[in-house]
Amino acid sequence: MKCRKGSAVLIIRVGDPFCRNCFREYFMHKFRAMLGKNRIIFPGEKVLLAVSGGPASSAMLRQVQEGLSRETAKKLRFIPSVIYVDEGAVRGQSPAQREQSLACMETLLQATGFPYYLVHLEQALELPASILRPGPATPSEPGVSYKEAVEGFIQQQRQKGYGDKDSGTSLPGAGSGESPEGAPAAPRLPAAALTQELLKLFEAVQTMTAKEELLQMLRTHLILQTARTKGYTKVMTGETCTRVAIKLLTNLALGRGAFLAVDTGFKDNRHGDVMVVRPLREYMAKEIAFYNHFFDVPTVIAPPLPTKRRDKPSFRHVVESFLLGLQKDFPSTISTVYRTGEKLSADRAKPSCEAERCLLCLCALDLDGEEELALEPTLIIDEPELERNGCCQDPLAAWAERKSAYIPLLCYGCRLTFKELVRLLVWSGVFSLGTGVPIPTALLLQGPVTTLPPYVRAEAQRRIHR
Amino acid sequence: MAAPVSLQVEFGGGAEFLFDGVKKHQVTLPCQPEPWDIRNLLQWIKQNLLKERPELFMQGESVRPGILVLINEADWELMGELDYKLQDQDTVLFISTLHGG
Repeated sequence: MKCRKGSAVLIIRVGDPFCRNCFREYFMHKFRAMLGKNRIIFPGEKVLLAVSGGPASSAMLRQVQEGLSRETAKKLRFIPSVIYVDEGAVRGQSPAQREQSLACMETLLQATGFPYYLVHLEQALELPASILRPGPATPSEPGVSYKEAVEGFIQQQRQKGYGDKDSGTSLPGAGSGESPEGAPAAPRLPAAALTQELLKLFEAVQTMTAKEELLQMLRTHLILQTARTKGYTKVMTGETCTRVAIKLLTNLALGRGAFLAVDTGFKDNRHGDVMVVRPLREYMAKEIAFYNHFFDVPTVIAPPLPTKRRDKPSFRHVVESFLLGLQKDFPSTISTVYRTGEKLSADRAKPSCEAERCLLCLCALDLDGEEELALEPTLIIDEPELERNGCCQDPLAAWAERKSAYIPLLCYGCRLTFKELVRLLVWSGVFSLGTGVPIPTALLLQGPVTTLPPYVRAEAQRRIHR
Repeated sequence: MAAPVSLQVEFGGGAEFLFDGVKKHQVTLPCQPEPWDIRNLLQWIKQNLLKERPELFMQGESVRPGILVLINEADWELMGELDYKLQDQDTVLFISTLHGG
């Protein structure tokens, strides 16, 4: 223990216990050091904090609040706003429970004084196709060095005096948080029809692994859309070291090995104009939990995705139990996996032109030749059985063509996910043919197309027809 | 013969979902021949508080890895973990760091 005064309350590394105050200093220093070391967030830059209400992102929000209220030398100098994506629909919450979670979240966000956006996952169905294209890189970065930018900013601040101090509160909340202070209106839920449509999308996905991937994709795109339309150039997310280690191994298993560095690194620049930054990467989940508990960081924990399987529901769950189980007996497991991930380069994921970019994850297509051959049969295997049925040959052929037309647009990992996204209808089609029940042509025509979000379909069509 | 022990048992970080969403439980452990420790408490919780899916909370005789334990606001790793002898009016908090989805 550093101070030799307080009583030990927490142990992070063996033989190195913390008292409350030392832990608080250590925790806050780590956050500023992470941002300072990487020199990515420029003074005065608009940064969107992606907050789910969970422990890590709530701790991140608190760190930004603490950082902005510090004395000048250590002060954070960017302009934060918060975005919360309500995923209640797919997490099995009733409308009443969703309203309640939203209200809790809104109270929590209002208390920060930062502008905030409340977004519903349903809104992903209304995203524009352009979200799947990278934006033009921000001009500020290559020109000005970080040091010059900081110095310029400090000078500006001196001239202006204290003017900018509460710029954080100058904008009222957007989204459904637009109501004036004092009378917080009940957050409105999206139309029931839209919720149904979203649920259909998720019900069509059979495996939990693919559901998690789909949820993550929709969430990322929604956050990106808000960042783009509201002029944010950075998004901060709250992945901890524990999460990063789990994601590294999960993504390996998902066939996303080529993109580990962008999927888990400190910065993720695949979208071009908006950079995703992960400032909590060096915190263990344990540090976060203790910090939140000791310093009363409010959280709103969302229920997990519903699953029918009792054990091993998804790759991520399996990896999580594996790593945490190992960590229990070998306390450096997680940090070793994490540090191994640090050595990976992001170059492999950088596409040289748009045609080489994966439709779903925007990384460079990682398939050349052999791997493609190995995967292709597993994708096509579902289809011939349907084609044997003569009566609806035409729609089926059109469907198969469409489904296979998507394949070249996707990277290896996304092909596997895509396969899961479109599987249910293939399967139910076979089932119905087997029992001799006539299938309405409309259902068959739906194919993969309706089990994908509209913006993905639109962008795929644009690319296919080019 | 140890006297009955009154405890505040709390759950957080999502662990409360396994206990009907109730975060704070006031419990009284009955008399038993040997003194109450965390090991016994976990068995008692499993039999008396845990309604379903014990595998999400317990593993063997301990908590599942990823669930943190605080005894009177301090890390149980500093207190002897399973062997900590419970005192009357202790607070035991379980925080899940496992990811919901």
